[in-house]
Amino acid sequence: MHPGIIFLGVIVGSVLFHIFTPWWWTDIASNWGAMDDTINLTFWIGGGVFVLVCLFMVYCVLKFSYKEGRKVEYKPEDHKLEKILTIATTIGVIALLAPGLIVYNNYINTPKNALHVEVNAWQWGWQYRLPGEDGILGTAHVAKISDDNPFGINLDDPNGKDDILIQDDVLHLKKNRPVKILLRSLDVLHNFYVPQFRAKMDAIPGIITYYWFEPNKIGEYEVLCAEYCGVGHYAMRAKVIVQSEGNYDNWIKEQETFSDLIAKQNNDKLKLTIVAKNKN
Amino acid sequence: MSDEYNQKNTPIKAQSSETTSGSSGSSKDIDYVRPAELPEQDLYHGHSFITKWIFCQDAKVIGVQYFLTAVFTGIVGLVLSWLMRLQLGFPELVPFITAEHYYQFVTMHGMIMVVYFLTALFLGGFGNYLIPLMVGARDMVFPYVNMVSFWMFFIAVCVLMASFFVPGGPTGAGWTLYPPQAILPGTPGSNMGIILMLVSLSLFVIGFTMGGLNYIITILQARTRGMTLMRMPLTIWGIFTATALAMLAFPALLVSCIMMTLDKMLGTSFFMPTILQAGEVLSYGGGSPVLFQHLFWFFGHPEVYIVALPAFGIVSDLISVHARKNIFGYRMMVWAIVGIGALSFFVWAHHMYVSGMNPWFGFFFATTTLIIAVPTALKVYNWIITLFRANIRMNTVMLFCLGFIVTFVNGGITGIFLGNVAVDIPLSDTYFVIAHFHMVMGIAPLMVIMGAVYHWFPLVTGRMLSEKLGKWHFWFTFLGAYSIYFPMHYLGFIGVPRRYFEMYDSPYVTSATGMNEFITVAALIVGFSQLIFIYNIVTSLSIGKPAGKNPWKANSLEWLTPEVPPAHGNWGEKLPVIHRWPYDFNVPGAKEDYITQTTPPSEVISAEVEKT
Repeated sequence: MHPGIIFLGVIVGSVLFHIFTPWWWTDIASNWGAMDDTINLTFWIGGGVFVLVCLFMVYCVLKFSYKEGRKVEYKPEDHKLEKILTIATTIGVIALLAPGLIVYNNYINTPKNALHVEVNAWQWGWQYRLPGEDGILGTAHVAKISDDNPFGINLDDPNGKDDILIQDDVLHLKKNRPVKILLRSLDVLHNFYVPQFRAKMDAIPGIITYYWFEPNKIGEYEVLCAEYCGVGHYAMRAKVIVQSEGNYDNWIKEQETFSDLIAKQNNDKLKLTIVAKNKN
Repeated sequence: MSDEYNQKNTPIKAQSSETTSGSSGSSKDIDYVRPAELPEQDLYHGHSFITKWIFCQDAKVIGVQYFLTAVFTGIVGLVLSWLMRLQLGFPELVPFITAEHYYQFVTMHGMIMVVYFLTALFLGGFGNYLIPLMVGARDMVFPYVNMVSFWMFFIAVCVLMASFFVPGGPTGAGWTLYPPQAILPGTPGSNMGIILMLVSLSLFVIGFTMGGLNYIITILQARTRGMTLMRMPLTIWGIFTATALAMLAFPALLVSCIMMTLDKMLGTSFFMPTILQAGEVLSYGGGSPVLFQHLFWFFGHPEVYIVALPAFGIVSDLISVHARKNIFGYRMMVWAIVGIGALSFFVWAHHMYVSGMNPWFGFFFATTTLIIAVPTALKVYNWIITLFRANIRMNTVMLFCLGFIVTFVNGGITGIFLGNVAVDIPLSDTYFVIAHFHMVMGIAPLMVIMGAVYHWFPLVTGRMLSEKLGKWHFWFTFLGAYSIYFPMHYLGFIGVPRRYFEMYDSPYVTSATGMNEFITVAALIVGFSQLIFIYNIVTSLSIGKPAGKNPWKANSLEWLTPEVPPAHGNWGEKLPVIHRWPYDFNVPGAKEDYITQTTPPSEVISAEVEKT
């Protein structure tokens, strides 16, 4: 068999695989459908180029296989052709880049009504903190973390007292309410990733990173750590439950605030500090 | 045909620099080449076994030494990949693969393949062997430094391999070695393992700088008469540009290695912020883990092109010789290589879109990354246009070139997915990334390396490799590797994250179990089929068909030495004189279908050659 035929088979096989693949995206459960659209656009343009280039190659191989005395073209350069190809490629690249940048612009600009959720990651687990009624998360620092203050909330910051602490790896979210995920890490890099939401960002010790999305499908989703974080990386899973407003409100009422936690604990020193702050 | 420069004594008189458009029309004038500007180099000739074969200063021997050492580490890397694939395809089949081991295999596989295998093979191996031969020099300009370069590399490999045997084993930090985890106890090999890795990389950079300066200066200063820059084979352009990149990029790796070693051993905090581990606040503070990523990728992205550019150059030459046609758009190919090289320093943070760097960087790096796609695409067009109306020998070398085009275009296009920041967000850190970079900088350059071995083996050893075995080797490797990495992209679409020791029973992942098993089997087959290659090389050394001079009827200088394989000093009595570029195949009016670079115009008076 002529090798060109096998190469042709590889190209046709790739296209067929793509058409009939059982492996494809998980059903999207957030507002980032535009990311899927840009992937699709890239697939059509890029896939088209791949097929055309390879088919042209196969054609040449089949048509111009070695024959003694074949007349070969001698044409070192063709400025017109080179110019056309340069311009066409540039247009194709712009067509891919422009929509991508527009989507990215949306990705880094969080809507004003987004609910802030702090994700705390460590080797190897997750916990979460939500703002209380003031809607603002209190400041926090790794060095302040102790058994009594599991998030290291700054005791000087009045915004921190009503913060809702979820010392569990299950996070509840309200359907159709944008969330801004604020990522903190206590030790190494991590990444809070739910495939169905499409979005992701690394958590870095020492700084707070963020991303946002709007969950729009009720359900339970698995969280995966998507940045290698040591030997327990693959086991660093968690769960997100997206629920309707009513169910969410019921859930959040049951959660403990930072003040509740302090009151519950028998730590006089911490209590005194808080009382003293309140008087000021 | 091959050594006629010995008889041609070109006149050394007038200073008019034009080479071909002599007005008088006499054969002496049209053959005029500018005189040499520098006297010839004195070479050290080894006499004992040790100076001839071990501490040897002949770039050709050093090239072979680099090649063999790199291939040895590559085989280690290959075996590590099997162990990883066994775990992913058939978890718990091999009981000794624990999570610690798995991450150590991942790390060592990555680092070995990128740095100690591909970089060393292309620049140290092909660079050393081909540069002096292709530019018409007797050797590298600093042969002694060149020898030291290889031995530094050798020590670096020994240190790297030693890390397999220290307490705690080699580092399991991932080949990117991101701190803080790389030097904290949650990562395997976070004591001796990581220290040896950092020391080994530092030694590699030091050794490589010695070699790299040699390559650059030899190409700029030691070209023979008539070998203008725009007459150099694209192989040399690729190696030259890649080496220039390496000289600028490796220092970033060296400083990050030194800084991380200090963080580990002296407790400095270059990359270490305040960290809480096991309930204790560690004594670090104030450092930035993102700084390391910037330094690493400032090296790491040019590194991709340090591997890719020599591959681009070599494959251009292989395609041209075996398609019996000049490479299309030579000048554009040269500028594309140089342009890609320059741009490659402005795209590094596309590896960091979800790293937590300032998100505004995303716009800049997505734009620069997609700009680099333009010259890259032009190179692809030029390769396939070269095949158009050519006379293509369908031998093993050409098959590997075609395999390169398919895998490179495939991997290049998935690169456009990942370079476009909004598309990268869902795909980053998934198997899509693994599939992409293995296709584009694993399989594609390997295709070129193997094609190049089939092409230049006759030059190095004087014997041909078996074509029949070569074709089997090609189809196993190409079809096998393609069926490993093409479906793997779809794992990434599902969202399967990379660097997972085990997936457990995530609902959307269980559907991929069958594919994982298939990929593992394919990986084992591809790996074992390399035995055909090794068998072919070993047997052909003694029973291969004698190659004779210039068996492929190529034009470039390396085939035109008085002795095959070329002797120390390469050129016998006199250096060759160059009259044309290396791509004059099937020139209208010429008797043969090739005109070597040393053929003076007066010998091919009727050929309608374009001036080069």
